[in-house]
Amino acid sequence: MLEKMLYGSRNYWIWVLSLLAVIGVGFLFYLQQFNTGLGITGMSRDVSWGLYIGQFTFLVGVAASAVMLVIPFYLHNYKKFGKLLILGEFLAVAAVLMCMTFIVVDMGQPMRVANMFLYPTPNSVMFWDATVLLGYLILNITIGWTAMGAERKGFPPPKWVKPLIYLSIPWAFSIHTVTAFLYAGLPGRHYWLTAILAPRFLASAFAGGPALLIILALIVRKLSKFDPGLDAIMAVGKIVAYAMVANVFFLLLEVFTAFYSNIPGHMYTFQYLFSGLEGHGKLVPLMWTSAILAAIALVLLINPRTRGSQNTLVAACVALFASLWIDKGFGLTVGGFVPNPFDTVTEYWPTVPETFIVLGIWALGALVLTILYKVAIGVREETAGVEAEH
Amino acid sequence: MYNGGKIILGIVIFLALAAFPFYGDIGKANVTPEPNLDTPEIRKLEEKKCVEPEEFMKAEHMSLLNKWRDLAVRDETTVYVASDGESYNISLQNTCMRCHSNKKEFCDKCHEYAGVSPYCWDCHLAPKEGK
Amino acid sequence: MGIDRRDFLKMAGASAILAIGGLTIVEDITKDIAQASESASESGAVAAGKLAMVIDVAKFKTGDDYARVIDACNSIHNIPVIDDPKSEVKWIWADTFEHTFPEQQEEAHMKESLKEKPFLLLCNHCEHPPCVRVCPTKATFKRSDGIVMQDMHRCIGCRFCMAGCPYGSRSFNWTDPRPNIKDENPDYPTRMKGVVEKCTFCTERLAKGLEPACVEASNGAMVFGDITDANSEVRKVLNEAYTIRRKPELGTGPKVYYVMGGADNA
Repeated sequence: MLEKMLYGSRNYWIWVLSLLAVIGVGFLFYLQQFNTGLGITGMSRDVSWGLYIGQFTFLVGVAASAVMLVIPFYLHNYKKFGKLLILGEFLAVAAVLMCMTFIVVDMGQPMRVANMFLYPTPNSVMFWDATVLLGYLILNITIGWTAMGAERKGFPPPKWVKPLIYLSIPWAFSIHTVTAFLYAGLPGRHYWLTAILAPRFLASAFAGGPALLIILALIVRKLSKFDPGLDAIMAVGKIVAYAMVANVFFLLLEVFTAFYSNIPGHMYTFQYLFSGLEGHGKLVPLMWTSAILAAIALVLLINPRTRGSQNTLVAACVALFASLWIDKGFGLTVGGFVPNPFDTVTEYWPTVPETFIVLGIWALGALVLTILYKVAIGVREETAGVEAEH
Repeated sequence: MYNGGKIILGIVIFLALAAFPFYGDIGKANVTPEPNLDTPEIRKLEEKKCVEPEEFMKAEHMSLLNKWRDLAVRDETTVYVASDGESYNISLQNTCMRCHSNKKEFCDKCHEYAGVSPYCWDCHLAPKEGK
Repeated sequence: MGIDRRDFLKMAGASAILAIGGLTIVEDITKDIAQASESASESGAVAAGKLAMVIDVAKFKTGDDYARVIDACNSIHNIPVIDDPKSEVKWIWADTFEHTFPEQQEEAHMKESLKEKPFLLLCNHCEHPPCVRVCPTKATFKRSDGIVMQDMHRCIGCRFCMAGCPYGSRSFNWTDPRPNIKDENPDYPTRMKGVVEKCTFCTERLAKGLEPACVEASNGAMVFGDITDANSEVRKVLNEAYTIRRKPELGTGPKVYYVMGGADNA
């Protein structure tokens, strides 16, 4: 099936080559980081995790969100999602690969990555995170690829795939819960030390991931003869709307607890993120952008008329994705380190090399996604009896 | 042959890459290096012996060092009792390198020959050597 | 890019193990040393029990008192001097009351002398260390004597321990530390880029029966010993003076105590 990636239009190749170029630039900067150390990033003694771990956290959510299609289709027999499903599973594969790349890129001694499995440490959440992510990657590749292969030959998927699909449902929840546990179990980091962090992660994942999927599905629909179904895409819009409402609700719960209790440690990070602390406020414009985008997205999604129209739905999804990217991919990780254990503020901002490495990994994810989608589209066009034109 | 030219070109490129270790070493000296044992500290020794017998050290010094580092760092053990009953302080810098103060002649020569680059010296300080 | 054979074999081994499906621990892949060999701890070492430290704040009078203690540690352990606070490496350092005990800073009307007083900060060698709990490779671990130790050979530089430590006691080597070490101590290693380090209560000195370097240089202002031994000096001081610890409410069980009594002399 993989040979389908080798046949594409001029535009397809231009896209692939530009992604490769971005990956190449990112890789060159990574070589610099590999040789001189993580000192070329904006991270510091006080903010010891930055954009890399933030992106990792955000993308685990994107990966987990495939379950939002699997549950309606398999548990509620919602057949309309049948065609969309493969796009969700392949999105999960690309997202998990990006997660793993971000973890490796963030390591000070990447050559020793195998130590995680040579000296397995069950009391470390990081060990479990690596394990469940690897498992989730294998599950989704297996399920997606087998289903695709069977479909191509005109058979229903083999029976042994079914249990794996059911297993992938709790597994999707587990990857993001465990990722939340990375943060939520650390004493002295008040912004993260909250039982609602895992629910918050899941809610934002189930909003952000499907929002991206809507955008991707509409692109696929436009560029190829494979139609995942407009009804199905619109139905995903409802899921996004509910999940985003839950996400914002959870965030407001945090704000209430912090400010009504008036406990300094609980308020500091919110103050830092939204109004600045001790004269430091680098993230304030970014966080308000996120808040405003979230409000716009909510209005567009809750109103049935704007949610039902393709253009406004896309606008809502773009706003929502950007909002969550800022909130979870940047603010959450960096904010948790402010103030530091001495109650002073050290600020973080990514450097140029760091930014290019991040872009390179996104391009890598986009490339993997492009290839997987190309295969899926190719198979679908074949079975639909449509001659592949490009 | 369909696309014959491309296939043959591919095979040639593959062979060129795969055979690199063979032609890459052509012309390089191929004499087995002997580690140099002539240091002031060793000259002072009455009985010229290492922690363990020479043959063992030649073949297994890396596993012994591995064991030493775990003993010293992780197992709270700083004294090594050798097979002949003698005790040694477990320390790369303060035991091994005190006798073998000629790292370039003693360590590097063989490591270069064998094409290995252990990262011991990224942290452990090599003895100061006159050039 | 230096991937050496050992790294390669480890990785190949790890993937092979994963492929088989079992996460077997392969602790020692090389054949064990054929000859019978034993190891023993040197006699006379301060070892057993749980080691703790008491810092009598009042006995630090001049800036020199602090500098002497800090320099003793820095020079012995090859601590790099890095001016940028974002990437500096610190094992023991001084900071204000407000920063040392941030949860107490609301005490707006406390003694002025105490407000200005620098406190020595170092790893607390916690009874329940969060850094050990979160480390994915056991690179940081607790010894039988209670010291929280760091294995630089195993650290993968994920910095989870830095997020876990509520005391800011851990430093990461953002770049190669060597260019920033002025006078190298040939008896002690340096660190490499990409690993996390911190105070070790001078395990290398304890093994020789010596006290930690800072304690030795403090002229009695710092006391070190076994807190489970009722006759130890630390216990005597704890019995006599009012001491506080940093953030005990987090349940980490810090083992560095600060004597608060005689700050008037400051």
